Amino acid sequence: MKLVRLTAIARKEVLQIWRDPRSLMLALLMPAMQMLLFGYGVNLDVDHLPTCTFDREGSQGSQALMKRFQASHYFEITRVVGSYAALKAAVDDGTCKLAIVVPPDFSAMLVAAGSSSVQAIVDATDQNTATLALGYAQAVVGTFANDVAVEWAELHGRAQPTQSVSVDSRVWFNEQLESRNFIIPGVVALIMALVGAQLTSLTIAREWERGTMELLVSTPVKPMELMIGKLVPYFAIGLLDAAFCLVFAIAWFDVPFRGSYVTLFLTTSLFLVVILGIGYLISVAIRSQVGASQIALLLTMLPTTLLSGFAFPIDQMPAVIRAITYLVYGRYYVTILKSVFLKGSGLTDLLLPVAALSVYAAAIAFLAARAFRKTLD
Amino acid sequence: MLERILHLLRKEFLELRRDRWAFFRLLVPSIVQMVVFGYAATFEVFHVSTAVLDLDHTQESRDLVSRFGFTGRFDTVKIAHTQADIDAAIDRGDAAVALVIQPGFASLLRKGQVAPLQVLVDGTNSNTALVALGYVNQIASQFSQDYVADLQHRTAAGLSLRPVQIVLEQRPWYNEELNSRWFFVPGLIGTLLQIIIVNLSAFAIVREREIGTLEQIMVTPIRPVEFILGKTVPFFLIGLVQAALIASVGILWFRVPFVGNPLILLFGTCIFLLCALSLGLLISTVCRTQQQAFATNFFILNPLFILSGFSFPIASMPQVLQWLTHINPLRYYLVVVRATFLKGVGLDVLWPELLALALIAAVLMTVSVLRFRKTLE
Repeated sequence: MKLVRLTAIARKEVLQIWRDPRSLMLALLMPAMQMLLFGYGVNLDVDHLPTCTFDREGSQGSQALMKRFQASHYFEITRVVGSYAALKAAVDDGTCKLAIVVPPDFSAMLVAAGSSSVQAIVDATDQNTATLALGYAQAVVGTFANDVAVEWAELHGRAQPTQSVSVDSRVWFNEQLESRNFIIPGVVALIMALVGAQLTSLTIAREWERGTMELLVSTPVKPMELMIGKLVPYFAIGLLDAAFCLVFAIAWFDVPFRGSYVTLFLTTSLFLVVILGIGYLISVAIRSQVGASQIALLLTMLPTTLLSGFAFPIDQMPAVIRAITYLVYGRYYVTILKSVFLKGSGLTDLLLPVAALSVYAAAIAFLAARAFRKTLD
Repeated sequence: MLERILHLLRKEFLELRRDRWAFFRLLVPSIVQMVVFGYAATFEVFHVSTAVLDLDHTQESRDLVSRFGFTGRFDTVKIAHTQADIDAAIDRGDAAVALVIQPGFASLLRKGQVAPLQVLVDGTNSNTALVALGYVNQIASQFSQDYVADLQHRTAAGLSLRPVQIVLEQRPWYNEELNSRWFFVPGLIGTLLQIIIVNLSAFAIVREREIGTLEQIMVTPIRPVEFILGKTVPFFLIGLVQAALIASVGILWFRVPFVGNPLILLFGTCIFLLCALSLGLLISTVCRTQQQAFATNFFILNPLFILSGFSFPIASMPQVLQWLTHINPLRYYLVVVRATFLKGVGLDVLWPELLALALIAAVLMTVSVLRFRKTLE
C-alpha cells in the first residue's frame, strides 16, 4: 500500500464531493434538517390536551374538581357542554380528546358514603396519548379526593389518611421526562446512517456510470488503497456531521451530555466504519447510482429508524423481532448514544454494545476490503 | 384520444414490470413496515423490568409488591438486598423501575399514617417511564384504598376512619383495549400510499426524461394532457389496489375493526391519490435524473411523514410546525382513515378534512400540470 496513491484517490473524491452540489447538500443540509425536524416534530409528551367537561351536578364540589383540571397544564378545557350528545359530538369530531363527566349525585354521594365517581372519556384512537391522559386525570382526581378528606378531617377534628401509601418517585437520567432528551441522541445515529451510506453508496457506482472505471482500473492503484482513499473523506464528513449534531443537541436543544467526548468519538468512529463499509459494499455490488442509493436507504435508514430502539422500545417487541434487532447494528449505537448522553456511561459500562459494534465493524471492513476487483466485467 | 391513452397505459404497466428496482424501492419497505408496525412498534408498556428492595419484610409490604406482578405491567427481574444493588440495576439498565420499601412501612400503615413507597425510574425512555409511573400510581392508590377499607372493617381504630374515595371510571372510546396496533396499522395506508405513489409517478416521468424517450413521445400525436393521464392513471389504479390490500391485511390479519363507511374511505383515498400523483408529477418537473428524483423525494417525503401525526401527535408540536402540518395532505388523510376505521363517523364530521384534501389536490394538480407543460416546451 502506497500513501501517495491513497491520498491521490482521497483528493479526487474530495474534489468530486465538492463539485457535486447534491452530495454537498446531503452532507451539510441534511443533518440540520433532520435535527430540526426530529427535535421539534417528534414529541410524545401530552400537554394542554383539549378537554371538554360535562358537569351534570353543577355544585360547588363538582366545580372545584373542574378547577383542578383547569389548573393542570396537562389539560386545557376548551369546551363546556350541557348534554351527552354535545359531548359525543366533540369527541367524535376530534375537537376534544378527553371528556370529564361529573354525575348528578357526585357531591351527595361523597357526603353520604364518602365515595363517588367521575367518568373520563378519552379518544383512544391515539393509544399513547390516551394512556398518558388517563394517568394524569387519575392523578388530578386522586389529589382532589385526598384534599377533600383532609378538609373533612379538619372539620371534624379527626386525623385521618385516605392515601395510606404515598408514591415517592425519583427519575434518573432524564429527570424532567422530556421526550426530546430521549429522541435527539438517537437522531445522531439516524443522520450518520443516512448521510454515510447514501454518500458512499454512490462512489463506485458513479465510476461505473460515468465510464471512469476503465481509467481507474488502468492506474496502478490497489483495491485496498482505493477503498481507504475513497472512504476517508466520507469518514471525515461523518465525524464532522456527528460533531455538528452534538453541538446542535447540547447548545440548541439543551439535551444533557454527561459522558465523555472520547467515548462518543470512539464509538462514532466504529459506527461510521460499519455504515461506510455497507455503503461501499452496496456501491461495488450494484453498478447503478439509483439502485445503490435505494438499497442503501433500505439497509441503513429503515432498520435504524424502526428496530434500533430509537423511538420504539425494543423490550416491548415480541421475542422474534427482539431477536432480529440484535442484527441491527443501529441498535448498539443508539444504546451507546443514549447512555453516553443521559447516563454518562463510559466504555466499561458499554462493553457489550461496543463489542458487538466492533465485531460488526471488523466483519464489514473485511468484506469491503475483498469486495472490489480490478476487472471490468 | 382514449385509444392513445390506453396505449400509454399498456406501455406504463410493461415498464413497471421490467423495473427491477421498483421491487426493492416499494415492496420491501412496505412489507417491513407492515410487520414492524403490526407487531413490533408500540408505545404500550407491559412487562417493565422491575427491581425490588423490600426492607420491611411484612405481610403488607409483600402484598404491595405482589400487586405489581399481577397486572402484567411489571416483571420482577431482581430482588435486591441493598440500596446499592438497586442503584446498580438502574444504572446498568437491568431494571427500568425499582420499588423500595423502607423498614417501618407496615407499622406506619397500622398506625394510620402515610407510608411511603419509593420508586426509582430510568427516565432514558421518557415515554415508557411516564406510562410506567402512571401504573405505579394506580397500583399504589388501589392498595391504599383497599387497605383503608380493610382497616375500617377490622379494627376499632378503623371505625373512626372515613375514607374518601373518588373513582375515575376510564372509558377509552374507539379503542377500548388501548391497542397501539389499531392506531398504527390504519395509518400505514396513508404513509405507504404516499411513499409508493409519489415515488412511482416521479420516477416514471424522470426516467423518460433521462433516457431521452420523453422527446420521442412528444413528437407523436399524443397531447400533454393525454401523456399526463397515461402516466398517472396506472399509478392511481395501483394506489387503489394497494390501499385495499393494506386495509384487508389490517382487518383480516391484524384484526383492526372497521366500523365506518367504506365509501367515505374510498372517496378520501381517491382525493389523496390525486395529491400524491400531483406531487410526483411536480417532483418530476424539477429533476432531470432519477438520482435527483430519489434525493428530492426523500427531502420532501420525510418531513411530510414526521409532520403527519402518523406516530407523533401534532398537538404536541410547536405552533409553527402545527401550522405547517395544515398544508400536508397526509395529515388530513390519516384523520379520515382512522376515523372511518375506528370511530365510524360520517361526512358530517369529516367534511373539513375532505375539503382540505380536495383544495390541496386542486392546487397541486394545477401547479404541477402547468409546470409540466412548460418543461415540455
